[in-house]
Amino acid sequence: MSQASPIEKAGGGVATYVDQRVGSNKFLARSLGKVFPDHWSFMLGEIALYSFIVVLITGTFLTFFYKPSMIEVVYDGSYVPLKGILMSEAYASSLDISFDIRGGLLIRQMHHWAALIFIAAMAVHMFRVFFTGAFRKPREFNWLIGVVLVTLGLVAGFSGYSLPDDLLSGTGLQITRGIAQAIPVIGTWATFLLFDGQFPGSDFISRLYSVHILLIPGLILALVTVHLMLVWTQKHTQFPGPGRTNENVVGYPLMPVYMAKAGGFFFIVFGIIALIGGLVTINPIWIFGPFMPDQVSAGSQPDWYMGFLDGALRIMPNWETNLFDWWTISWNVLIPAVIVPGILFTGLALYPFIEAWVTGDKKEHHLLDRPRNNPTRTGFGVMAITFYGLLWIGGGNDVIATSFDLTINSITWFLRIAIFVIPPLMFVLTRRICLGLQRRDRDKLLHGYESGRILRLPHGEFIEVHEPISIKEKAVIMSKTDIAPLPAPERRDAAGVRNKRFHLQNVQHKLSGFFYAENIAKPSAAEIEAAEHHVAHEAALEAPLHDYEDADQINPFHGGVLHHPGMPETNAEQLAERSQH
Amino acid sequence: MKFLAARRRSPLFAPSLLAIALVAVGGAYAAISSAQTAQAADAGQVAIDEGNKLYLTGCSSCHGMQAEGSANGPTLIGVGAASVHFQVATGRMPLAAPGAQAVAKEPQYSADETAQLAAYVASLAPGPAIPTAEQLDYEDADIAEGGVLFRVNCAQCHQAAGQGGALTYGKYAPSLMEATPQQMYEAMVSGPQSMPVFSNGTLPVEEKKAIIAYVSELQVAPNPGGLSLGRVGPVTEGLFLWTAVFAALIGAAVWIGIKAR
Repeated sequence: MSQASPIEKAGGGVATYVDQRVGSNKFLARSLGKVFPDHWSFMLGEIALYSFIVVLITGTFLTFFYKPSMIEVVYDGSYVPLKGILMSEAYASSLDISFDIRGGLLIRQMHHWAALIFIAAMAVHMFRVFFTGAFRKPREFNWLIGVVLVTLGLVAGFSGYSLPDDLLSGTGLQITRGIAQAIPVIGTWATFLLFDGQFPGSDFISRLYSVHILLIPGLILALVTVHLMLVWTQKHTQFPGPGRTNENVVGYPLMPVYMAKAGGFFFIVFGIIALIGGLVTINPIWIFGPFMPDQVSAGSQPDWYMGFLDGALRIMPNWETNLFDWWTISWNVLIPAVIVPGILFTGLALYPFIEAWVTGDKKEHHLLDRPRNNPTRTGFGVMAITFYGLLWIGGGNDVIATSFDLTINSITWFLRIAIFVIPPLMFVLTRRICLGLQRRDRDKLLHGYESGRILRLPHGEFIEVHEPISIKEKAVIMSKTDIAPLPAPERRDAAGVRNKRFHLQNVQHKLSGFFYAENIAKPSAAEIEAAEHHVAHEAALEAPLHDYEDADQINPFHGGVLHHPGMPETNAEQLAERSQH
Repeated sequence: MKFLAARRRSPLFAPSLLAIALVAVGGAYAAISSAQTAQAADAGQVAIDEGNKLYLTGCSSCHGMQAEGSANGPTLIGVGAASVHFQVATGRMPLAAPGAQAVAKEPQYSADETAQLAAYVASLAPGPAIPTAEQLDYEDADIAEGGVLFRVNCAQCHQAAGQGGALTYGKYAPSLMEATPQQMYEAMVSGPQSMPVFSNGTLPVEEKKAIIAYVSELQVAPNPGGLSLGRVGPVTEGLFLWTAVFAALIGAAVWIGIKAR
């Protein structure tokens, strides 16, 4: 490689030219060699990023033809069943995109599918971050940015769903108006402000359009940039494994490995979106017809990400309070559509801070938790997902009723009760499963794993051979950090001064006990050594007699011995028994 | 002939000849026509009688011996032939089992038997009749107008794409994808189960035709967007997303992850 090829020469020339003007070489040299850890679940966020890029590209195409106007026009496009019907220009132009603009329907469907994937991928990415504890110090702010991104994603999606001004999207807006009106004191006026008067008014579509194509995507783009910059500067977390510590990053360099992988994955995501955009109908607006406030279709649903809100509304009993005969509080809307999502999203945003406070954990974490090693957190996550899932079922209660021959009323009543019973049940169940897995891990370290090979020893005894676990697995299990619950606070310190923060510290103590007290401690080094010793000793003692066939194939590590009553348990006993005869 | 020839010039000859001719023609006509009506009346009566027999064996246990109704079924007096034809031709009646509402199934009676049952019930009291061919001729109806009428009057239960929807306590508005024009018309005029009656005062015949034209169009409409996912809206779209699409995406992620190891 003493002689540079012409290509290298040319490339070097360009690099030098650019470097002399923007000083990029140093930056590139540092960046391209940056190491990223490897795991398939680290690509879930990439799905979100790539689908967002597809949304931006297809959305730009759609803006060329969509007209955000509520001016009434008579439809004269090529979709016959709507010919001659009065409709808004927004709906007419959406129909034109679908039927009269080359490739329009494909792009519209790709845009919609990509938007659904964007939000779903953010959710799945968030699950990964949550269950592995990647939100812990120093990444709390990035978690917050993520929560804001999800919220913005919901707004972006919903504003897009409302733009075609078809019967379905208009129905969604009706419900939005109802929710806004249910907010006490300001509700009615906020609605007037939003819709510039009575619903639906004539301005809402154009206002929503600015929000949908300018405000929200701008914010998302800015926050995504910050999100990725923070990943860059804080470095990516990694799963535990041999040689992986809290202080290093084990993986591959950005160039060429991740350039290729990420680039390839972008095209896979793009390809999947294009495929389903071309093959699977989404939001057939022409069937729903134009929005008229006096019309509604059975089975009107929001897109999946709003389904939980719709479900909460559907299962809520019809409660309202009429104060002094002039002021109505609509609990039936306020609780499911404002308070419940408010609690859900606030809890989501604050969770890293709550956990850090409860557990008194102030350390930096770059090594991920295995979900089982923090059973309480994992339980909370599963509980929240279950809660969300039940509300989701509520959102589709009519479709479920007709599909499975159920009555909509019994589904509603089931959910009203289940929403309080099943999530806590799932919490307890998940926590127990996690603790069980911890016990299993400890067991594996001390006794190896059950190989599934059953051996019959010369004296007739059956044993299952236990094999030592691999170095990798050992490293993964040993990565667990045992955290002791915070000690109970003293009412008075040694000098007899009253502890002013006693009650708060006591709450913290109890909660941290709730988090960690039941954790199964991983075996100490001494215990492991003792176990190895023990196993070796036992193995020697129980080693099969060598004057039998196949004896050399028997692994020295074993346990879980199956005994027949009255049989000698070891070769030593067997020998002793023999010598007596 | 001498008798006639002798009186041929009499002034009474022409009037009396006319009178004889009139009596003869009138008498013959009366004789023939009454025979025809008697035949028609006989045929109608036969259908009613046959219908009555079918009714007594198949329907009376719930609707009563004289169609007066019972605790198990409503009276059929005045429901009209349209209602009977709709319920029997779609297999809803006779009822397979008591439930929230009658379920459409394979018809249990032949077309003739259905007509006889309808004739019997129609003979009890006037009610909506089976639509004529002219009433069902929707060739010239305005599909777009029918779409508007459908969304105003039908979509809130039958769903915008006519896929049906849930009602309270296990009742439901059925899918219209298999409904024939006659069944749609009969359902509109008779209002089966939870459905309201759309009389000609509410929906004139022309508007009924327009709705039938629109629904018939929906039944055969292609799906320009590809796989339709049942045209029930975002629920199946979400299901497809979270199963097929995410299986593909996460499968790809895992695949890329495995390759690097």
